[in-house]
Amino acid sequence: MIDLKSNVPEGELAEKWTKYRSTMNLVAPNNKRRIEVIVVGTGLAGAAAAATLGELGYQVKAFTFHDSPRRAHSIAAQGGINAAKNYQNDGDSIYRLFYDTIKGGDYRSREANVHRLAEVSRDIIDQCVAQGVPFAREYGGLLANRSFGGVQVSRTFYARGQTGQQLLIGAYQALARQINAGTVTMYNRHEMLDLVKIDGKARGIITRNLLTGEIEKHAAHCVVLGTGGYGNVFYLSTNAMNSNVTAAWRSVRRGALMANPCFTQIHPTCIPVSGEYQSKLTLMSESLRNDGRVWVPKKKEDAVAIQQRKKKGTDIPEEDRDYYLERRYPAFGNLVPRDVASRAAKVECDKGHGVSPTGLAVFLDFGAAIIRYGKSEANKTGVKNASHAKILELGEQVVEAKYGNLFEMYEKITGENPYKEPMKIYPAVHYTMGGLWVDYNLETNVSGLFALGEANFSDHGANRLGASALMQGLADGYFVIPYTIGQFLSKEIRTPMIDSNHEAFNEAAKSCKARIDKMFAINGNQSVESFHKRLGKIMWEYCGMARNAEGLNKGIKMIQELKAEYYSDVFVPGSNEEFNPELEKALRVADFLELGEVMMRDALNREESCGGHFREEYQTPEGEALRNDADFTYVAAWQWEEGQKEASLHKENLVFDNVELKTRSYK
Amino acid sequence: MKLTLKIWRQKNANAQGTFESHQVEADEHMSFLEMLDVLNEDLVSQKKEPVSFEHDCREGICGTCNLVIDGRPHGPNQGTTTCQLHMRHFKNGDTITIEPWRANAFPIIKDLVVDRTAFDRIIQSGGYVAVNTGQAQDGNAIPIEKDQSGEAFDAATCIGCGACVAACPNASAMLFVSAKVSHLDLLPQGKVESAKRVQQMVNQMDAEGFGNCTNTGACEADCPKEIQLTNIARLNRLYTSSMFSTSKKY
Ligand SMILES: Cc1cc2nc3c(=O)[nH]c(=O)nc-3n(C[C@H](O)[C@H](O)[C@H](O)COP(=O)(O)OP(=O)(O)OC[C@H]3O[C@@H](n4cnc5c(N)ncnc54)[C@H](O)[C@@H]3O)c2cc1C
Ligand code: SF4
Ligand code: FES
Repeated sequence: MIDLKSNVPEGELAEKWTKYRSTMNLVAPNNKRRIEVIVVGTGLAGAAAAATLGELGYQVKAFTFHDSPRRAHSIAAQGGINAAKNYQNDGDSIYRLFYDTIKGGDYRSREANVHRLAEVSRDIIDQCVAQGVPFAREYGGLLANRSFGGVQVSRTFYARGQTGQQLLIGAYQALARQINAGTVTMYNRHEMLDLVKIDGKARGIITRNLLTGEIEKHAAHCVVLGTGGYGNVFYLSTNAMNSNVTAAWRSVRRGALMANPCFTQIHPTCIPVSGEYQSKLTLMSESLRNDGRVWVPKKKEDAVAIQQRKKKGTDIPEEDRDYYLERRYPAFGNLVPRDVASRAAKVECDKGHGVSPTGLAVFLDFGAAIIRYGKSEANKTGVKNASHAKILELGEQVVEAKYGNLFEMYEKITGENPYKEPMKIYPAVHYTMGGLWVDYNLETNVSGLFALGEANFSDHGANRLGASALMQGLADGYFVIPYTIGQFLSKEIRTPMIDSNHEAFNEAAKSCKARIDKMFAINGNQSVESFHKRLGKIMWEYCGMARNAEGLNKGIKMIQELKAEYYSDVFVPGSNEEFNPELEKALRVADFLELGEVMMRDALNREESCGGHFREEYQTPEGEALRNDADFTYVAAWQWEEGQKEASLHKENLVFDNVELKTRSYK
Repeated sequence: MKLTLKIWRQKNANAQGTFESHQVEADEHMSFLEMLDVLNEDLVSQKKEPVSFEHDCREGICGTCNLVIDGRPHGPNQGTTTCQLHMRHFKNGDTITIEPWRANAFPIIKDLVVDRTAFDRIIQSGGYVAVNTGQAQDGNAIPIEKDQSGEAFDAATCIGCGACVAACPNASAMLFVSAKVSHLDLLPQGKVESAKRVQQMVNQMDAEGFGNCTNTGACEADCPKEIQLTNIARLNRLYTSSMFSTSKKY
């Protein structure tokens, strides 16, 4: 067993971070200039880290497989970012954000990390405003907020439906400034294919130059990964097409541990699948649940008529609609957390009440909101006895101002007008709470290897609350790693520049080259894409919204067979020495195949239901998740080093000194 | 629906490119890129090289996708990126021409893929607010009038796709540059460095080999985020006044 030390500092929860920060080892400015740091990934986490480390004076080398740092998947985040500012005077506080996050995560995250996240959340907003992020504002010129699922305060800052874009552009510009200043060297279109360790410490990476195919060796005193999540193991997800697990997974093959890999977030409001050719799924931001009401027809025959396109949602009278979230969870209604909302949608569709031709969709209806806003606008603007048409017109204008770009996106994809007809939505894979195991310093069990943002497992437990990933990515990058990296680097000030001609680099470069040669040598008959699709279907079927032991055992076997088939029949066109997206995909899918198996093992091992992990064997009579705190209040960290036959489990017990473990209730 | 595609194929930056014809069977619910996925699956199944094109988010926000479709960057629909274009806007039997962005400052890498790092270098030259992490005051310390903030936001929605350059007969990058200059100039936080920024960014734009702006307005018409020409007017104003008002030249 590896002894997983969380390295949480002593002291009262609320004082840990402040005290620790002021007693930490520092690296003097003259020494910083002699220390090199590799940052892989330039999403919110990576770009924020690279920019800030550059500002501090370290020599940073930043890597992304994208053609520009501005393209990272973070750009697609829509809804918003949380911060415990309490600008609305509605009772928010650091403690409340901490508590909501712990509870939302179904008590499977580390208290001290989450509290620190809540503390620094406020600095993030200040920083972003200073960078010129155009957050939404009220008429008085102050910052606006909205509510997100799983909480009862309004603490989400947003920039229309493009919050991720604006935050990433802020971080990208901060990074650009450091590139200009010469503190950061940027490597675009470089994909990390391996981690290099010397004497047990992470000292560099091997990359493939995606334009030329050249295998390159890059050395540094330490390595920071901000390489994002692995939702694309499901093939269909809301993640960008090129998001992948390779950087994290290759680190696992070099000894890092993968924590809670089965904790996947299935987001309740996505545009349903329309056909076999589908390449990705599109999220409709959770913020829509502020105003949209979720329902299915009460009568099965109505649902069937809608499925057969004989009826429309608007044909169903009010009394025949089942607003099942409001019915089942009166306290939170449509704003229950994501895992709860997704499962509830699945239950209704499984009962046959779904509303699309496939039966896999529920309505998200803005009809009531449009009328409510229309009436209030009519009053505000002094329109007396407004006609129904006028009310609709005014209401639609308000809804457009709030969600215009989302409605437009919906219409472009489906060809339906969501102002007139209720939207159809269905859950889809969206985010991965699992990730590389890290301690309080965000350092993995491999000394000198750090993981930030969605790539680590640390803050969201078994379910992430909306608007908390952007917060975590930026917290890690701007306000945590710049301090905690010093704990490692202060011991390295006498270490000379790491030599990339060390045999460890040569060995790793050779093994990358060998993996690439192997992909071409197979020269089989099936495309990489077709394998990825099949893997995704297995994952969704057996490790998706509901899981059970029988299915998971079957799934593991199926993945192993698929992997064997992959290595005997995949076809990769072209050669290594050129721009070759098929080769890029082939290497990524190879890693997904291994990760998928570990996810299933993790789901099988965790004999309880918590957050996004729902084991059918463990549920209450009302169908709610049934946790087993006595046996599973731990982080499951999986080791699968090169040479090891199969993955093995290590545990970090979670200790809750400040919150009482309760059954999560949103009723 | 059955379609004929005339696609630009080019092995690498130095190779001679040419149009290649392909037949593809598509569904009206597919996105344009899903239609190309179908073509590529077909090519791979015949052990041929698939067509290289770039994409990532497939929801119109990352700015990666970039195809000239029937002569128009991002295709026929107003305010729509290539990835958001759906096949329901085409008819059975159509012939569709697909080309890369064409501009000296965006050299072709392969097939439909081009190098847009010139945009990154323009941002690096001054497209930011010079504030270090940790230096910020409270987010609500400076109120910003809602409409002004909204206008800054409109400019900030540029996705850096480069369609404006591809659309422009002179391959000018003015719309892109002016969007960033406007975004930051319209906010009190960015205003401070406005004069320096506009000069540095314009200098870098010229150094990258983009053409001159002659006000044809083609960029605005094809910009998927509907970035307005008024931004170019603002840039020109700021540039001129910066040349007179600051003794320092950047
Ligand atoms: C559609 C959508 C909407 C969302 N909306 C919200 C929201 O409203 N609020 C919220 O809080 N969260 C939201 N999220 C979640 C959030 O956007 C992500 O969790 C977060 O942005 C991840 O940031 P990151 O920096 O960790 O990784 P990413 O942004 O994914 O960046 C990963 C980076 O790593 C690089 N990289 C990866 N592997 C390699 C490699 N091998 N070599 C080189 N480079 C590599 C990539 O090029 C990229 O630069 C949303 C997610 C989706 C999918
Ligand atoms: S201005 Fe418009 S066309 Fe030009 S890069 Fe920005 S979004 Fe693309
Ligand atoms: S693929 Fe991201 S904008 Fe088209």
